[in-house]
Amino acid sequence: MYVAVKGGERAIDNAHAWLAEERRGELNVAELSVAQIREQLSLAVNRVMAEGSLYDPDLAALAIKQARGDMIEAIFLIRAYRTTLPRFGSSEPVETAKMACDRRISATFKDAPGGQVLGPTFDYTHRLLDFALAADGEVPEVARGEAREETTPHITEFLNQEGLIQTEVTSEETPGDLTREPLELPANRPLRLQALTRGDEGFVLSMAYSTQRGYARNHAFVGELRIGKVAVEMDVPELGFAIEIGEIELTECETVNQFQGSKTEPPQFTRGYGLVFGQSERKAISMALVDRALRWEELGEDNLGAPAQDEEFVLYHSDNIQATGFLEHIKLPHYVDFQSELELIRKLRREAMENTTPVQEAAE
Amino acid sequence: MSDYNFAYLDEQTKRMIRRAILKGLAIPGYQVPFASREMPMPYGWGTGGVQVSAATLMPEDTLKVIDQGADDTTNAVSIRKFFEKTAGVDTTEETAQASVIQTRHRIPEEDLREDQILVYQVPIPEPLRFLEPSEIETRKMHSLEEYGLMHVKLYEDIAKHGAIATSYAYPVKVEKRYVMDPSPIPKFDNPKMEMAAIQLFGAGREQRIYALPPYCQVVSLDFEDYPFEASKADHACDMCGATNSYLDEVIMDDAGNRMFVCSDTDYCASRRKAGNVGAQAAAASAALKETAA
Repeated sequence: MYVAVKGGERAIDNAHAWLAEERRGELNVAELSVAQIREQLSLAVNRVMAEGSLYDPDLAALAIKQARGDMIEAIFLIRAYRTTLPRFGSSEPVETAKMACDRRISATFKDAPGGQVLGPTFDYTHRLLDFALAADGEVPEVARGEAREETTPHITEFLNQEGLIQTEVTSEETPGDLTREPLELPANRPLRLQALTRGDEGFVLSMAYSTQRGYARNHAFVGELRIGKVAVEMDVPELGFAIEIGEIELTECETVNQFQGSKTEPPQFTRGYGLVFGQSERKAISMALVDRALRWEELGEDNLGAPAQDEEFVLYHSDNIQATGFLEHIKLPHYVDFQSELELIRKLRREAMENTTPVQEAAE
Repeated sequence: MSDYNFAYLDEQTKRMIRRAILKGLAIPGYQVPFASREMPMPYGWGTGGVQVSAATLMPEDTLKVIDQGADDTTNAVSIRKFFEKTAGVDTTEETAQASVIQTRHRIPEEDLREDQILVYQVPIPEPLRFLEPSEIETRKMHSLEEYGLMHVKLYEDIAKHGAIATSYAYPVKVEKRYVMDPSPIPKFDNPKMEMAAIQLFGAGREQRIYALPPYCQVVSLDFEDYPFEASKADHACDMCGATNSYLDEVIMDDAGNRMFVCSDTDYCASRRKAGNVGAQAAAASAALKETAA
């Protein structure tokens, strides 16, 4: 009998205890350490940091462990923790031009200063299950080279020198903060980029893919994709100058997109931009494509009614913590509303039956 | 105490939420954007209500939390526990004892007083949302008081079904100005919204707060020839015999037999304590004992 019996509290406690047991799994299998997750599942850690909007590999690894590998649950843990942290300032903008690149490729030039550096990529692996890994994961000794001394210039800068690519408007204005102010529309590009960089990887990927398949196609070339460490500097008022407080790994993607030109503008290439915590290149490329699609108005293009062009649609549905919470809330009891629907449908049916004169069908 | 601030949120955030609440009270029915925080419970599970409660609670308050009218539904238990842990306030199941009541989907049966605050959890604060998906458009419609679309929807219901086919989250007009979503309460509860207590509505995911000051005028939308009707199951409570309370329909056995019980568990329990007996009270308490055993 399902009367809301007393015992909800005990049921919750028991559920939590069972959950803890399931998380641990078989006891004769060694427990996973947070350090193992951080080191050996680092791309999962990167995703949790990116969508959790908090750069802390240890906490992200802990969240993955606690969430039993459920990425959205792990991201949620990080987000909920993040909101409780005090803000003691903002960093200076990071200089991605000074990035120490582990990987740097361009699809638009065969070669460029700084070279094509593949780095640790899955790109040309054959996706064959490596059964040797099931036995042991020892890696052979790898060759080492010297790191490049000079900084690696941005590829789009070369196009910029020729005036072939649209120049981004520079601004000294402090961008808004999506996590501290309610989102009000129309949003500006900084807010859009914030939403995209913490948006659900799957959602942003699908939106980007839809542009490639013709829903607001914007002919993107990966001008440059770079992954590496950048220094984070902060202006400390007591000192009066900026000091380095640490470094973070970032993935940056700049796309070069076709543009026909308009009545006022000669033809030139346009840009899409993606920047994501950690090694997250699928996300960074997706972000750049969606960013470019959302810029239709600023670049004088037509609104084709494509989902990826609709700022409100993209921004309101990209956050997987919002989406999953609302989606899953329909598990909660709704019997009061359902009861009112029952009353209504019975009433409507009663009235409909009364108004219909029964007709004997010949077939009967 | 815990490592968190009183009632979890930091004081700056509470201040921001209180400003939104005050603005909401000053413009009844208007949806005030606020910088909703990520809470340690999922969006859609009462994060708006929880933030409003957190900003409202004082250490001397007594909190009651209900979901579907009941104190013992799992999510109500969970939210009550959250505040017991983070605010250390007294909690109660008795409506009259509470100074702050957080609710999902119901208004208590007992009249509320001027010294009480009712906090609603709101999933979709925008009453026009299912007529117009764009927030830019709906905000424009509110500012221009352009509610024709809503009346057309209600009219189409009548044309199609012979009645307004909205049974919960039934739209209201506040002080002759804003059309407001009363949250998914059954329309039975709509008339209660003109009350002595302050009513605060929190929508966390949608980042909106709105409010009704005491004795504010709240009119359910209708037509002269199709007046609003606060409906409920045409039964008395089988446990306490109440004829004026909102009822849940409970399936009793495989044969599909039903019983009707008050959705407001505190109301039902206090009536039974006062000696009121419903038609199936004896059978039901026997069945309850059996399931508990």
